[in-house]
Amino acid sequence: MIKVENLYKQFGNHEVLKNISTNIDSGEVVSIIGPSGSGKSTFLRCLNLLETPTKGKVWINNQELTDSKTNIMKAREQIGMVFQHFYLFPHLSVLDNLTYAPMKVKGESRELAEKKARELLARVGLTDKEKAFPNNLSGGQKQRVAIARALAMEPKLMLFDEPTSALDPEMVKEVLNVMKDLAQSGMTMAIVTHEMGFAREVSDRIIFLDDGVLLEEGSPEEFFNNPRTSRAKDFLEKVL
Amino acid sequence: MNLDFSQIVPYIPFILEGIWVTLKFVIISIILGFILGTILALCKISRIKGLNWFGDLYTSIFRGTPLILQLMLIYFAIPQLTGYDISPFLSSILAFGLNSSAYVSEIIRAGIQAVDKGQTEAAQALGVPYRLMMKDLILPQALKNILPALMNEFITLTKESAIVSTIGYLDLMRRAQVVGADTYRNFEPLIFVGFIYWILVMVLTLAGKRFERRLKYSD
Repeated sequence: MIKVENLYKQFGNHEVLKNISTNIDSGEVVSIIGPSGSGKSTFLRCLNLLETPTKGKVWINNQELTDSKTNIMKAREQIGMVFQHFYLFPHLSVLDNLTYAPMKVKGESRELAEKKARELLARVGLTDKEKAFPNNLSGGQKQRVAIARALAMEPKLMLFDEPTSALDPEMVKEVLNVMKDLAQSGMTMAIVTHEMGFAREVSDRIIFLDDGVLLEEGSPEEFFNNPRTSRAKDFLEKVL
Repeated sequence: MNLDFSQIVPYIPFILEGIWVTLKFVIISIILGFILGTILALCKISRIKGLNWFGDLYTSIFRGTPLILQLMLIYFAIPQLTGYDISPFLSSILAFGLNSSAYVSEIIRAGIQAVDKGQTEAAQALGVPYRLMMKDLILPQALKNILPALMNEFITLTKESAIVSTIGYLDLMRRAQVVGADTYRNFEPLIFVGFIYWILVMVLTLAGKRFERRLKYSD
């Protein structure tokens, strides 16, 4: 589903990503972990071209995103993204946050968009909040709305950029549970996270980045029990 | 003290007619200034260098020269250059609309830039095109933050509108002068229109406050 080939990203003179190549298959859940500043978020943001790679190629469903002829706006419709700081639209109600893009971008009717939005709100456990505004929700509720908003576009792939890092500890679980459900439903997911327990439990594969280099890649058991590189060993000792 | 407001009583209908004459061009100027100002603000934040340059140049010219000079240039210079006999009404709208847009564009630019960059990223990630994103997602949020500054600009424009009296446009101010010349009494008509200007600005202020409160719903 996603193919990344020799990806480089530079900010000024600083090389953030160095020659990264990997694949993510349809239905696969991949967690991207590593120390802060290792380029995890930048890597994720290159997958929907919120960051433009300096060099290298990214394909989604055999469509090359990095090709200048690709309509990137159209391609992004299939890629949902959830941010650390939610970024809900504060002037729209929860329901309108969910229906805006399906109606305006995909041209769905209001009835259909609202019907689907209500199903999604039920799925993330927020049926009673459809008329609320984002500023009246807790962090965990906001993030669940943000997940529902991304799902409303019926994406084939979901990107999560540290979805629980900005949450109070007691709200982390409700968000992770929604993500677990989503993973079990067969959604293809790429997750940047510091939640090692979650990554271990939910992921099919772990990608370990350090200083912009893809150092290790493998199953959670393999990675957490027998990390191959000393860098990964150090990292795991510190976080586990 | 030699005050006699009864002297201007016969002229009150004449002066009151000036309210609409003033409001008519002030309202159109505000709308014109707002629309042009929005377009200029988008020019200034655009990625196209030529548009940035145009927006900055425009602002520097209209903010850097006196409004009364711009008004007179439009009213007196257009007929000289083109032979088109421009009316005081049209001159006033053009001068005030073009001038106001320079100030409004700066206010809106600052408002757009104050909206969290994450809002743009969220919109892009959903595949929302630039035009829709600006119209539905970014500008409404910017507008809420800049409303007090915008009201300030509208109030200034309403008061400064009095300088159109210098090109013979029969607005409130000009009517006060006409009555003054007719009755040889200046204090009473000037105080009277001063009071009317104050009322107009108060109405505008209260309307602005109400609007601000209505936008607060999402906090």
